[in-house]
Amino acid sequence: MNEKLKETFSSFEGKEEELIPLLQKVQENLGFLSDESMEEISRFIRIPASMVYGVATFYTQFRFTPKGERHIMLCRGTACHVKGATRIQEEVENQIGIKVGETSEDLKYSLENVACIGACSLAPCAMVNDTVEANLTPKKVEKIFSISKDKK
Amino acid sequence: MIQEKRITLKNLGKINPESIDDYINEGGYKAFEKAVGLHHIEIIDEMVKSSLRGRGGAGFSAGLKEKFTSEACLRCEQKYLICNADEGEPGTFKDRIIMENDPHLMLEGMLIAAYAIGASKAYVYIRGEYYKSIDRINKAISAAKEKGIIGKNVFGSAFSVDVEIKLGAGSYLCGEELTLLESLEGKRGYPRIKPPFPAEKGLNGKPTLINNVETLATIPAIIYNGPEWYTSLGTEDSPGTKIFTISGDINNPGYFEVEMGVTLRQLIYELGGGIKDGKKFYAAILGGAAGTFVNESVLDTPMGFDTLKEKGAVLGSGAIMVMSEGRSLFDITNSILEFFKHESCGKCVPCRIGMPQLLHIMENLKNNKIGRVEALDLLLYESEFMAKSSLCPLGQSPILPIKSLKQYFENEF
Ligand SMILES: Cc1cc2nc3c(=O)[nH]c(=O)nc-3n(C[C@H](O)[C@H](O)[C@H](O)COP(=O)(O)O)c2cc1C
Ligand code: SF4
Ligand code: FES
Repeated sequence: MNEKLKETFSSFEGKEEELIPLLQKVQENLGFLSDESMEEISRFIRIPASMVYGVATFYTQFRFTPKGERHIMLCRGTACHVKGATRIQEEVENQIGIKVGETSEDLKYSLENVACIGACSLAPCAMVNDTVEANLTPKKVEKIFSISKDKK
Repeated sequence: MIQEKRITLKNLGKINPESIDDYINEGGYKAFEKAVGLHHIEIIDEMVKSSLRGRGGAGFSAGLKEKFTSEACLRCEQKYLICNADEGEPGTFKDRIIMENDPHLMLEGMLIAAYAIGASKAYVYIRGEYYKSIDRINKAISAAKEKGIIGKNVFGSAFSVDVEIKLGAGSYLCGEELTLLESLEGKRGYPRIKPPFPAEKGLNGKPTLINNVETLATIPAIIYNGPEWYTSLGTEDSPGTKIFTISGDINNPGYFEVEMGVTLRQLIYELGGGIKDGKKFYAAILGGAAGTFVNESVLDTPMGFDTLKEKGAVLGSGAIMVMSEGRSLFDITNSILEFFKHESCGKCVPCRIGMPQLLHIMENLKNNKIGRVEALDLLLYESEFMAKSSLCPLGQSPILPIKSLKQYFENEF
């Protein structure tokens, strides 16, 4: 078994109610939930892999493909929508060249939608990794992502 | 000019949220110490007398819920307290503000409530994307454990308690209390049928009290100052203060803790600095997506659970999204319905089929296949049907915005 996976399991007992925290920890440590991880989790908790998938696919937090270096979550909540989230999404997609739900081939970016992230007074907003980018405008989007392009 | 009245935000900006000593120096944990010196029934009595109503949206009496949980299953060895910090209602961010700025206040409220119902284990179920809040709560729990405020025989009493944090996994529906329990037990977030209520059969089948962050953060002040002090604030039907979170077309979007009974006009024009770009007020959504549209005729209604209900509106979580003239109600309604469709868990037919159906009606209206009047009537018919037959409150939610559109914006939708 993958060393990182083994290490992650070591802080759990293998009880059924630990399934969600375990999925969260595996995703945190390995970036996403691979088929291998899912099968090992099923063996560890002693429930069928189909049940592990059943739970994991239900929650939007879990991902089965790798994340980009910069993981962007665009808020599509009502308050952000009022303030033009649709236009921001178009602009982000333009800037980084991928659509919502995709990861760029060089694994630099991944893009997702989220529902309200509780920063509505700064709408429209997005989360890039764990930072909130507030009051987005097409210009600001350009700035955020072109700076990062130069750095790399 | 109205002023803010801060109870749950009283320490905001005054203390370092990561320092338990700061919190204690401001009188923190005094209420908990007082509480464990009293009989738990006295605490519940005080809470019932305070008439505090749940701040998670439904507005149910916090004291009565404590009473039911305390009285359920007297021989049960295990009871649980859960702090609902899964804040996900669009437009709402009050719980985040409390957790980031005064995590110990919420924790103290949890400890008092746990003592009142006799729970030796408490959980904070917190939204996974709230990184900063998670960090602050984790630090607060560790600090309180170090000081012996969480642990065995706190303040020399017979009461022992443990607090643990659990992260939500990105489902709006899991903020609903029964679904939250399923998720805590490691399952898909499918709602349970009620009854039984959590007070009887909650987490792992044991009596469980579930309260919102803001509700819990209000408890220390009530226990410390007494229920009469609390009922002297706010209005008769909704005593105390409430945090409103205002967003949209407004000059100073943000959060404001005020006494209940202030008006929407005061919130928007006095605290919120008025409508952006000098435009006219057009509409507001109160209570989030599972909330209601109102027009200017509600601007002078005192904010409270019952006063708004009389107007066909809801207070909900305290979210206020403001729209200035020129905004399209159709567009915003569509966004709300998309949100519901995305969050529907699919367990029951009326909601699983009904949500796409509502969007289908919107689509037909957009393509001029049906007229506005007809579309609104169809939406109302469908959402009424969903409200009557859906399994959980999510399927019963679309009727709220739709009915309010019919009431306030029939000719403009
Ligand atoms: C779809 C849905 C989502 C909800 N989300 C939350 C939430 O994020 N936080 C919360 O405190 N209550 C939420 N609630 C309300 C809870 O079910 C419950 O009423 C509340 O936690 C009780 O606490 P209170 O009595 O202190 O208000 C939600 C309800 C529904 C139907
Ligand atoms: S009403 Fe909707 S969210 Fe609730 S159980 Fe039915 S399908 Fe699931
Ligand atoms: S709606 Fe986008 S942060 Fe709340």
